[in-house]
Amino acid sequence: MVAKTHPSKPETDTLLRVENLQVHFPVSGGIFRQKQVGIIRAVDGLTFEIKRGETLSLVGESGCGKSTTGRAILQLQTPTGGQVYFNDIDLTKLDAQKLRIMRRQMQIIFQDPYASLNPRMTLKKIIGEPLLIHRLAKGESLINRVQELLELVGLNPQFINRYPHEFSGGQRQRIAIARALAVDPDFLVCDEPIASLDVSIQAQVVNLMRSLQKRLNLTYLFIAHDLSIVRYISSRVAVMYLGKIVEIGECNSVYDYPLHPYTKALLSAVPIPDPEIEAKRERIILKGDVPSFLLPSCGCRFYSRCPSAKLVGDRCRVEEPQLREINPGHFVSCHLWDSQNPL
Amino acid sequence: MMISPLLQVKNLETRFITTDGVVKAVNGISYHVNAGETLGIVGESGSGKSAGVLSILRLISANSGRISGGEIWFEKQDLLKVNKSALRRIRGNKISMIFQDPMTCLNPVLTIGKQITEAIQVHSGATKLEAQQQAIALLEKVGISSAKRRLGSYPYQFSGGMRQRVMIAMALACHPQLLIADEPTTALDVTVQAQVIEMIKQLQNEMGMAVIWITHDLALLARFADRILVMYAGQIVEEAPVNQLYKHPRHPYTMGLLKSLPRPDRDMGETLPAIPGTPPDLINYPQGCPFAPRCQYAIDRCFQEDPILELVATHHQVACWVKP
Repeated sequence: MVAKTHPSKPETDTLLRVENLQVHFPVSGGIFRQKQVGIIRAVDGLTFEIKRGETLSLVGESGCGKSTTGRAILQLQTPTGGQVYFNDIDLTKLDAQKLRIMRRQMQIIFQDPYASLNPRMTLKKIIGEPLLIHRLAKGESLINRVQELLELVGLNPQFINRYPHEFSGGQRQRIAIARALAVDPDFLVCDEPIASLDVSIQAQVVNLMRSLQKRLNLTYLFIAHDLSIVRYISSRVAVMYLGKIVEIGECNSVYDYPLHPYTKALLSAVPIPDPEIEAKRERIILKGDVPSFLLPSCGCRFYSRCPSAKLVGDRCRVEEPQLREINPGHFVSCHLWDSQNPL
Repeated sequence: MMISPLLQVKNLETRFITTDGVVKAVNGISYHVNAGETLGIVGESGSGKSAGVLSILRLISANSGRISGGEIWFEKQDLLKVNKSALRRIRGNKISMIFQDPMTCLNPVLTIGKQITEAIQVHSGATKLEAQQQAIALLEKVGISSAKRRLGSYPYQFSGGMRQRVMIAMALACHPQLLIADEPTTALDVTVQAQVIEMIKQLQNEMGMAVIWITHDLALLARFADRILVMYAGQIVEEAPVNQLYKHPRHPYTMGLLKSLPRPDRDMGETLPAIPGTPPDLINYPQGCPFAPRCQYAIDRCFQEDPILELVATHHQVACWVKP
C-alpha cells in the first residue's frame, strides 16, 4: 500500500460537514444586451454531515440538484455560497495548490463508464495517472500498484495494457473505481455509478463497493435515483427536491416511516418485484412534472404537486418550511410535522 | 373453443452482420399475445428483446440486419411475407410502437400538432380539421393540459415525460390492437414512470388493446403484466403468468435475477446475491445452454445440448435440463 504522505487529522468522527451550500446559476436573456433575468437555485442551502466510514445517499429526481451537490463538495463546481469542511478544513477557502493536495483524499466515480475513461489511454495510463500527478509512484512501482488495484476490483492484472473499448460497461466501472482508489482516498463521491449497467451487473458492482468500503474504511456520498439500490448500500439517506433537502435520516427510518409527502410519493412509485404486494399497494401519483427552477419560489417548493398541501391551510403556499428533527436522527422539512400542528 | 391469439410468433430468427462476424440476436423464439393482455418481455443487454419486437414490424435496418427465419401471424397474415403497402397499413394503425427515446419518433423541426394530425390523416383518411380535433382529444387523454395551444409547440419545449406522452398519443391515434412498448419509461424519473404506466393501463382498458412491454427491470412488470417472457442471449428461457414467475421461478437465470434485485421495502442484509460472470458473446455462440457458464446448477448435458422450452405447470414453460 502507498504510504500516506498527506497530513492526516486525528480520527474525528465527522469526515465531511457541509454548511448552507449554495450553487446558483445566473440566467441571462435579452436581445441586444445580455442581462440577468433570473437565477437557477440548483443547490439552495444544504446542510448535512457524513461520518467516517458511513454512506450517505442523496436521492431525488432529475434536476433536483444532487449531482451538482456532489461536484460542489469536491469543488469541481465552485459553490456560490456556504462552506464545505473536510476534516475540519474549509475547501471553499483553499487556493488551487492546497486544494490539489486535499484532492488526494477525495475522489469521484461518474455515471457513464463509456465517457469517463479516455479511450486512447491504456489501463496502466488511466489508473496510473493519479499516481503520477500526486507523485506517489512511477516506473516499476507504478505498474505494481496498478496491478494491485486491478486485482482489488476483481479484474485480471494482465489487462494493464488493454484499452477501455475492450471491456464491458460493468468492467469499465471497475476500472473507474480502481482509478478512484489509486491515491488511497478517504472519501468517494459516487455519481449514479451503476445506473447505466445491466441489472445483474449492478449487484456485482455494488457488492464490490461495499466490500471495498469495509476493507479500506471508505466514506461514500452516493448519488442515485434508484431507491432500491440506495437502501441496500446506505447508512443514511437524504431526499432532495428542487435544490433542498426535504427529508434526511437513517435508511430504515426513512424507508419504513417516510415523513415528507414527496418521500412517500417517491417510495410508492418504486416497483417491488412481488405481484401480490403490488396489487395491494397504495399508489400516490403526483400530478404534473417537476416545476421549473426559474419560477419565483415562496413557500414550500413542493406545494404545486403536494397531495397534502391543503391540510395546513395557506401556510404551505407562503412560508418555506425548515428541517426539523421529528424522530431521533430523522429530519423533515414540512409544515405537516410542525410541532404546533402535529399530525 | 380456443380463441386464437392476436399475435403469434413462430421460430423467429434475426441476425446482424458486423465486421467481427454474425451476431445471432434472436435465435428461434416462439410466443403469442392474446387480445387485451399485457405481455412483459424482460432481459438484459444482448438478450434479443428489442431485436425481437423490432422484427415484428420489420424495423430491422436492412444495412446490417436480417430477419433470417420464422413467421409472425397477425390477422391471418404472416407479417414477414406481406408486401410493403400491406405492412404500412398495419404499422401505426393496427400495431403501434413506442420507444425509450421519444426523439426517435418525434421530428424536432415540426410542431407536435403537425406530427399527430399527419399520423391520423395518413391512416384514417380524416380531413385536417377532423384530425386536429382528434389530436386535441388525444393529448387531453394523455394528460397534457391546454392541448389546443400545445398543438403549436415543438418537441424541445416539452420535458422528457411530456414527450413520452406525446409519443404515446401518436402511437394510439389510430386505436391499434397491439401496442409494443420498448423500454418506454427507462429514461424517466420514477414518479413520472408511475404516471405513464397508469396512463397506459387506463387507455389499454378503454381500448381493449394488447401491450407488449419490454424492459430490463423485472420489478416493474410485477405491477401490470399478465404474463412474462424471460429472454437470455437471444432465446426465451422462461415463460409464465406473472404470479407464477415471481413466486415459483424455475429457470436459474430468473431465480438469480430475482434474488439479486434490491428492494425498497426490506433490509437486504449484508450481501446482494449477484449472478457471477457476464452474458455470452453472441457472435461465437456457445454450444449448449447459453446460461450454463454462469449457472450454479449446470450439469454436463447443459454444456452440450441447448435446452428446449418444456411445460412445468399450467401456462408455465422453462428451457432448462435441471429445472431446480
